[in-house]
Amino acid sequence: MTPDIEALLPLPPATFHILLALVDQERHGYAIIQDVEERTDGELRMSAGTLYRSVARMVEQGLIAEVLKRPAARLDDERRRYYRITSFGTAVARAEMARLSQLVRLARARGLTPETT
Amino acid sequence: MMRGLERFYRALLYLYPASFRNEYGRALTATFVARLRDISGPAGMLRGVLAAVGDVVPNAIAAHWEILRQDMRYAGRSLRTSVGFTLTAILVIALGVGANTAAFSLADFVLLRPLPFHEPGRLVDVWESTPGYTQMEFSPANYRDMKAMTHSFAAMGAYSDRTMNLAGTGEPRHLTVGIMTPHAMPVLGVPPLLGRAITPDDSTNEQVVVLSYGLWQTQFGEDARIVGKAIRLDGEPYTVIGVMPASFAFPTREIDAWVPLLMREAFFADRSDNFLSVVARLRPGVTTQQAAADVAAVAARLEQLDPRANERTSAIVVDMRDEMSARSRMLVLALCGAALCILLLACANLASLLLARSAHRSRELAVRAALGAGRERIVRQLVTESMALALFGGIVGVAIAIAGVPVLARLVPDSLPVNGQPSVDPRVLLVAGALVVLTGLTFGVGPAIAAGRSKALDALRSGARGGARTQRLRSVLVTIEVAACVVLLVSSGLLIRAVLRIQGTDPGFRPEGVLTLRTELTGEKAALGAERVRFYDRVLQDVRALPGVERAAYMSGLPMVMGGGVWPTTLVGAPVVRDASNTVGLRFVTPQYFAAMGIPLRAGRDIADADRRESPSVAVVSESFAKRMWPNENPIGKQFTIASIPRTIVGVVGNVRVRGLERPSEPQVYVPATQLPDGMMVFYAPKDLVIRSTVPAGTILPAVRRIIASADPDQPISDVQMLTDLVARQTSSRVTQLRLLGILATIALVIAGVGIHGLLAFAVSQRSREIGVRRALGEQARSIVGRVMREGLALATAGVAIGVLVAYLAARAMGALLAGVQPGDPLTLAGAAVLCFVTAVVGCVRPAVRAASVDPITVLRGD
Repeated sequence: MTPDIEALLPLPPATFHILLALVDQERHGYAIIQDVEERTDGELRMSAGTLYRSVARMVEQGLIAEVLKRPAARLDDERRRYYRITSFGTAVARAEMARLSQLVRLARARGLTPETT
Repeated sequence: MMRGLERFYRALLYLYPASFRNEYGRALTATFVARLRDISGPAGMLRGVLAAVGDVVPNAIAAHWEILRQDMRYAGRSLRTSVGFTLTAILVIALGVGANTAAFSLADFVLLRPLPFHEPGRLVDVWESTPGYTQMEFSPANYRDMKAMTHSFAAMGAYSDRTMNLAGTGEPRHLTVGIMTPHAMPVLGVPPLLGRAITPDDSTNEQVVVLSYGLWQTQFGEDARIVGKAIRLDGEPYTVIGVMPASFAFPTREIDAWVPLLMREAFFADRSDNFLSVVARLRPGVTTQQAAADVAAVAARLEQLDPRANERTSAIVVDMRDEMSARSRMLVLALCGAALCILLLACANLASLLLARSAHRSRELAVRAALGAGRERIVRQLVTESMALALFGGIVGVAIAIAGVPVLARLVPDSLPVNGQPSVDPRVLLVAGALVVLTGLTFGVGPAIAAGRSKALDALRSGARGGARTQRLRSVLVTIEVAACVVLLVSSGLLIRAVLRIQGTDPGFRPEGVLTLRTELTGEKAALGAERVRFYDRVLQDVRALPGVERAAYMSGLPMVMGGGVWPTTLVGAPVVRDASNTVGLRFVTPQYFAAMGIPLRAGRDIADADRRESPSVAVVSESFAKRMWPNENPIGKQFTIASIPRTIVGVVGNVRVRGLERPSEPQVYVPATQLPDGMMVFYAPKDLVIRSTVPAGTILPAVRRIIASADPDQPISDVQMLTDLVARQTSSRVTQLRLLGILATIALVIAGVGIHGLLAFAVSQRSREIGVRRALGEQARSIVGRVMREGLALATAGVAIGVLVAYLAARAMGALLAGVQPGDPLTLAGAAVLCFVTAVVGCVRPAVRAASVDPITVLRGD
């Protein structure tokens, strides 16, 4: 089964943010929420329900995978679950990024700037 | 604190689908706890908890929705691959839901829905009651006193009805008009569509009329400016003051208009002239029982006031909603019961089908289980499938109901004060929706749980086939099917016997070849004897001269059309006692009436042309009257008093079923039409023309119309009908009901037969190995056939035994419909049992033959 990258685009914002959070390291659920919150300066506060429903779907789509290797027990809540990005997930994130920058380029070409004058 | 909040959150997680909760519940809880640790202070905690609730609820809904969409897609695929099963299931559900939706729309209309009046729960009818007549109209004086002396009612009014002729709007038309005391319409509290209703302001003016919606529509083209215009009723101008809305019908569905009834002083003279029906509104908080005690107490005082007229006269209160014959109510309830039987059958059948199917699908389910689908997801998937089936079946069922309801409308009793017809409206659709859900759950959940039971799943995973337990469950279901089938068959059978018995009842006259029509004289023409007689003589003379006409006569109150018109009789000089044991049906007739109706003359003579107003007062009486008054004596020449006039008996005729085929009738007394006094008892003035002819009615009717038009051009003709149709109408609602029950019983039989067949076919296929071994060991094919047949018939026997018992109880409950047929009628019970056995045998044959033809070698090699 070769998953079709194009079929998943555009990505829902939550999905993209979760992928971004996992690009550099494995994280557990709450850490993903915190990372997204930090990176967006508190603008995007993902709720636990939204996170795990996205996670469930993303696992099914093969974008991320659960990590069974865990940190030392004293640092860990055993109920936590850790996730990593898959190579397919990285490819999809790249494709989404390309799509977004293409959009931005198009907008710039029309002389549109993000700042209001 | 933290612990409590955590527990709360874990409880909240139960909103999620179990599969999601099992997978992520612990991780979600960990996140919740971690987040709470990051906040401080009670306010922050509260915000955190509220945020968690705001998070779980929408996400849980979305998660359920996602699974549902997935399951629906999956269900669609799986149902498309087994078209036969899917169509069977949809059809069976459609029949169950359709039958129940249609039956409910009727029951709702007739029995449940509040009557279309203001606060209908407080509306009651008040009746006088004497020994033999539990519901009798009031005399004006008794009504006046009852109204003044009781305290239970916020308002009370009285009404009666009469016929009036409407002229000047095309063909003259004969109307049934409610005549209402000025307080009667306000009791009902229904605002008129146009203008106003009759109110106490109309206490002085009788010449006003309120139109029914139907009359306004058909005769006045929905003229929006009708109010204030004058119309001609019985030749007099009446000012239209209002139009009632379409839903308004009072006292029955047959009323065309309402006019005021003004009490004249003369009305109050005779307390035994009972013609007023009474409607009242209970005071808030007063119960029907309290009101009943109140009116009974007042009736007792009225008896003391006028012991002669009010002897043994009490009064009763009846909720307006309950003002319906037990038979009409039963007719509807029996249909609902039958429909429920069908639904039960449908559910049992589908559950059985699904059990078999889940066994057939064992491989597919095993694959899903192996892929990690938990028990909850598999159960949920199967329930989604059955709900999808139920939904499609329900849609088809509602379509069936919409098509079927107009047929059911014939079961609506005419006495119901509601206009319109039952229909599949949103209320009914809501019930249909509930039925669909109930059906889907009933037949779906059992098998799904059976399939999802961990042991069963383990068995599936290991590739084994469905167990004995499933088979037992299916046997129980088939037994239920057979039982429901027997109940339906027995009920239908008993009702068929009841109808046959009623149809076999001798009405007392020969209706074949008799045409009747009504020319109701009104006003002066009706009141003055000389005018009336001139009209009758002229019409009868010309009609009798028509070729093919054997006999023709005028009378009023045809049997089965008018049941009342009842008067007390006494021996000459004896005091009048009001009691059912001495009342008779009084009819005024012209010569030839008995011959025209085919009522046999037993002794003496017919009413003759020579019986004029000034000649001696005579009467022809029924055998039952003669027997009651003078048993074992020759009644000819005997005298008795009726309506204050002593009369001599000149003839005796056969008894007639005046009150219809199903009820006992009072004896009859017939008096010459010429001896009806001027201006009195106008109600009894002959109006029905009865013609016995040897040629088809269609050939003489135009000539009869011409004759009447030439006798009086303003005279409307109504109620043209054959006497045979009139008699057939006596059983028409029963015949309609019977047809419906017959259809339902046939469906039940087919479903039960299919059920037995399906079960045995499956059992045989499951046990082909065992059968093969038996064959290999030398068991004869005949013995194997016998074994399978015995198995099927054992189920049928159990079902029949239970069914007969339930059917007997059901039949006892609907005793009002059985017209004297015994609920345990052995012929019917035996017939139903035999029919079920035959169906069972037919259902067994194919599986049995298949079992016998199992080839031991093929089967054993398959191992």
